[in-house]
Amino acid sequence: MKMPAGREDVRKKENGKMEQVKDISNSGKKAREAVVEISNLRKGFGDQEVLKDVSLQLLNGENLVVLGKSGSGKSVLIKCIVRLLRPDEGSISVLGKDVSTLNRDDLGILRQKIGFLFQSGALYDSMNVKQNLEFPLRRIKKHILQKEMDEKIAEVLENVGLSDALYKMPSQLSGGMRKRISLARTIIVDPMIMLYDEPTTGLDPVTSDEISLLINEVQKKYKTSSLIITHDIECARATANRLVMLQDGSVYKNGGIDEFENSEDPLIKSFFK
Amino acid sequence: MRSINPVVKVIPNIRNATIKLSEKTVDGTRNATVFLEEVATFIIFMVRTIKETFSRDFEFKEFLRQCFQIGYKSLPLISITGAIMGLVLTIQSRPILDNFGAVTLLPGMVAISLIREIGPVITALICAGKIGSGMGAELGSMKVSEQIDAMEVSSTNPMRFLVVTRVWAATLMLPLLVLYADAWGIMGSWMGANIKGDVTFVLFFSQAFKFFQLIDFLPAVIKTFFFGAVIGLVGCYKGYTAGRGTESVGIAANSAVVLASLLVIIVDMIAVQITDMLA
Repeated sequence: MKMPAGREDVRKKENGKMEQVKDISNSGKKAREAVVEISNLRKGFGDQEVLKDVSLQLLNGENLVVLGKSGSGKSVLIKCIVRLLRPDEGSISVLGKDVSTLNRDDLGILRQKIGFLFQSGALYDSMNVKQNLEFPLRRIKKHILQKEMDEKIAEVLENVGLSDALYKMPSQLSGGMRKRISLARTIIVDPMIMLYDEPTTGLDPVTSDEISLLINEVQKKYKTSSLIITHDIECARATANRLVMLQDGSVYKNGGIDEFENSEDPLIKSFFK
Repeated sequence: MRSINPVVKVIPNIRNATIKLSEKTVDGTRNATVFLEEVATFIIFMVRTIKETFSRDFEFKEFLRQCFQIGYKSLPLISITGAIMGLVLTIQSRPILDNFGAVTLLPGMVAISLIREIGPVITALICAGKIGSGMGAELGSMKVSEQIDAMEVSSTNPMRFLVVTRVWAATLMLPLLVLYADAWGIMGSWMGANIKGDVTFVLFFSQAFKFFQLIDFLPAVIKTFFFGAVIGLVGCYKGYTAGRGTESVGIAANSAVVLASLLVIIVDMIAVQITDMLA
């Protein structure tokens, strides 16, 4: 896996991705199982109801982009999926397991299969890059040998194009590098599902494109199903197999990228202009 | 001109006073509710910390790292403070004892004061400032930057990794730091005694511990474990329950110092009462 050179590469990739979207729609007749299934989800904080009756599915192997304005409840939605927040009503099933009824141990086992890329990167400040990458590996694969761990770290760092950052502290990394290391920390445990919370927010366009490409390459290489929360249309165009738009805490539209691009709805047009 | 009935005149005043009183009652009740909620949350946090301590997979490596951070990295500050405590106490006490012709009692008096009360309390208050604020700020910033959430989703129990290790490290390191501060205090006292006199360290040391009994030493050491636990718990609690904004990091650090210092004084008062009853 090599790092992208720039926006043109992304366009090429985008075209590739568009073909992939078609592939998926063509093979839609084959029943694709849902790895995440959200039904009638409601979540509020005090008097403010953030999510009102949200239902959606993430199918196996797809990149599902959840679009929406700031404050539309996108981040709350993915935090409910890994039970960082508990829903007020509704059910969330991940890999066939009802998240809200799992005990702490079972939830821990399920979380091992889910990778979560935080908006801020959430690298541990007191640890260098190597220690950050070792942290989940030591906990999830308890009997792993140091040699295997070093090989795995070298592999994921190469995948994100930062092999020389091994002993750097998070404070020495730029925003884009932090996101990439954070992505490396997430994929190091071979997750089945990836949740991306605003992966390109706060990054320049070139770095945003690099992260979008990386998301596609992770999907391809690690065969993950990804749920990408964003309000960055370029990122959505580059990564989405399918899109869901949230508005006022509910699903406003669900469909392929073409449907969104060609929509006459003023709200959707305001995003895709 | 018709005169207004005085009762009618007074009615608006009574009504205003009643409204103000009811508003103050509501405010008072709200404050009391918030306070009781805070106390209840702290007790739940404390119980959870104890429960997580005895669960499997104790994070021993992180515990050792915290012992190093809390213990070893506090040594310079504790050395200077301890030495100055002993020096000042000696210089201040000498003229008074001199008036009664009891200068020979100076080493013993200073040693007992230092070891029984001043050493533990001053060291604990300094640690409340250094360690308590450090924990509050570190965990608070980890909360704000979603590092605690990241730990949670990578199948690590943040209570066990972050809180239990810090609380136990503080509990076990504080008694050692207090003993270390006491040693420096006696050194400082010896230096103070030599400003206006000439006494060898061996003689000073033997005089210092001439009147010393186990009852002077034991309660002082035991209470320092509680001081450490209080500092660790309050620091972690304030950081762990910090709000989401960056402002809350400062609030967490500040309130950790204030609450930990206050609780150290309260624990000291209780410890002194218990020691007095037992003696």
